[in-house]
Amino acid sequence: MPEPFAVKDCALIAIGTGERAQNLRELRDHLMTTHPGCIYYHFWGGLLRPRFDDPEYQNDFAAWAWRGLHDIRLAERLAIIDPVEFPDIESLRKEILEVIEERLEESEMVPWARQGYLFHFIRSQIVVFDTDVRIERPEQLIGLLRRMSLGSIFYHYIDARRRSAGKRDDFSEWLMGFGGEYVKLVQCLSNIDPYFSTLAELRQEIQRAFLNFTATGG
Amino acid sequence: MAGTLAQYSEIVGEEVIDHLKQLAKTLSGARVVHVNSTRQGGGVAEILSWLIPLKNELGLNASWEVIEGDESFYQCTKSFHNAIQGNHIPIPQHLLNSYEETNQRNAERLRSKLEEADFVFIHDPQPAAFLKSCPGRKGKWIWRCHIDVSHPYRPVWKYLRQFVEYYDASIWSLAEFAQPLSHPAYLVPPSIDPLSEKNIELSNLELRKVLEEFDIDPDRPIVVQVSRFDRFKDPVGAIQACRLAKSYTPFQLILAGGGATDDPEGDMVFQEVKNAADNDPDIHILLLPPDAHRKVNALQRIADIILQKSVREGFGLTVTEGLWKGKPVIGGETGGIKLQVVNHYTGFLVKTPEGAALRIRYLLKHQNKIDEMGRKAKEFVRENFLLTRHLREYLTIMAAVVHNSSERIEIR
Repeated sequence: MPEPFAVKDCALIAIGTGERAQNLRELRDHLMTTHPGCIYYHFWGGLLRPRFDDPEYQNDFAAWAWRGLHDIRLAERLAIIDPVEFPDIESLRKEILEVIEERLEESEMVPWARQGYLFHFIRSQIVVFDTDVRIERPEQLIGLLRRMSLGSIFYHYIDARRRSAGKRDDFSEWLMGFGGEYVKLVQCLSNIDPYFSTLAELRQEIQRAFLNFTATGG
Repeated sequence: MAGTLAQYSEIVGEEVIDHLKQLAKTLSGARVVHVNSTRQGGGVAEILSWLIPLKNELGLNASWEVIEGDESFYQCTKSFHNAIQGNHIPIPQHLLNSYEETNQRNAERLRSKLEEADFVFIHDPQPAAFLKSCPGRKGKWIWRCHIDVSHPYRPVWKYLRQFVEYYDASIWSLAEFAQPLSHPAYLVPPSIDPLSEKNIELSNLELRKVLEEFDIDPDRPIVVQVSRFDRFKDPVGAIQACRLAKSYTPFQLILAGGGATDDPEGDMVFQEVKNAADNDPDIHILLLPPDAHRKVNALQRIADIILQKSVREGFGLTVTEGLWKGKPVIGGETGGIKLQVVNHYTGFLVKTPEGAALRIRYLLKHQNKIDEMGRKAKEFVRENFLLTRHLREYLTIMAAVVHNSSERIEIR
């Protein structure tokens, strides 16, 4: 039996770095050196900050390529990058740079944005706190998930991939501690695509995976 | 009067309030002092009037102090405000002397409280020089800038920077406002209180009374701009837009402005606006006292469209208020308005009086769009711009600054 699951919560706060880009070359230059936290924030921060409906482009680089540079080709290529597929931030950084380099080579002129639409590099700090809630058995999580804060969902499902050795969410890591008993549930959790969901939708999907597992008797 | 956490949970959900309580537990008993320049009038005073009671309800020991100055002090700080938002106006040395003396005098009055506090939040430039007069400070000092500093008049910013760069952190409404400083520059958009007099639901009877009081015709469309009489809010541009649009679609324009004790230019701009309106009976110019919150609320609720034709804007809380009342907003494409008005979803962003006129005509022709945008607008504010989000970010920053500025802070 693994240790009880410690439910934690988190809050993300954005920090301006002062780095800004007015054209694609400047974006590339900053991307080569910017804090890894910036890349993390511009891919995942959208889950925890104001935005409207389903954004056309899921990460901030793609959104800027469209809204700032009006370069739909670049926007589409950047938008398709799924951060879940990359083992760490540095390999994600390399992929973004690759896409931008390719676009720069194709372009006769360097695409630029007008004043007021510069790309501002932002990083974040994450404050993690313990809710003092402990879960002994996976079945207990079902009732709790419905009331779990979006900060907890972010921490245990998104942020966990940066922390855990297996690059998995915290629920899966914990379930694997029970031996083979929950292997199907772990599989279901890993099939959830967190990138195109809001945190509230993600919470529902995780809850559904637990419910289906218990309903089918594992 | 601010509401209690239980009342807010009915609007935002219990889980959001639980999250705040958990976060606040880590700061229990912390002594927090906020300082600004006015108790009434303007967005900062409004924010503090709910922020302080809620911090106390969450177990912190929060209080609010106000810097007091004479006419030359306010002249100086108004010039700061204008210069920081881009007007190239040098400030005479005698006004700068008054600024520093006023800060020193006020800081002395409050010194023991400020030096003992665990957190001091200084709002805007008016009390920014306090820090210099509190060498024995024990807590963390944070400068909160509510103004658009994206293109400041450099000599004035350089002068202010000598005071603000020694703070432990600063808070800005948008990334594009944040000036490079040697401490962390946190990004926190402001918010509104849905239970305040300015935003609470009002009865139809009360709305009818306001229509009668200001002699407004309930049978013709109404466009409302609420803001101080300040050139950056472009009230004259709003009148130009009205003139361009109303020959096609008759409507009434209401320009309602409250005064603030720290704004000496208000009277002058008010006269300019009256001259521009030229006694047009369809243009209602209302000079409201700073505490006329329910009247402002009613005016926003009787509006078909909210206008905020600013040319510079810190954040634009009047935009948030309008959106919360389920109204589309036509706003100047500047500052925080860009964050709130999502073109074709919650309203329209415009650059000119002509653009505003065009969008007024469009919306008044398409009532279904007014309704659709209004519904989206309200939900957008519920998700993003209510005080619970704002409070969470303040608590997060407090937790972050005491645990240095590392990327990940685990509170045990």
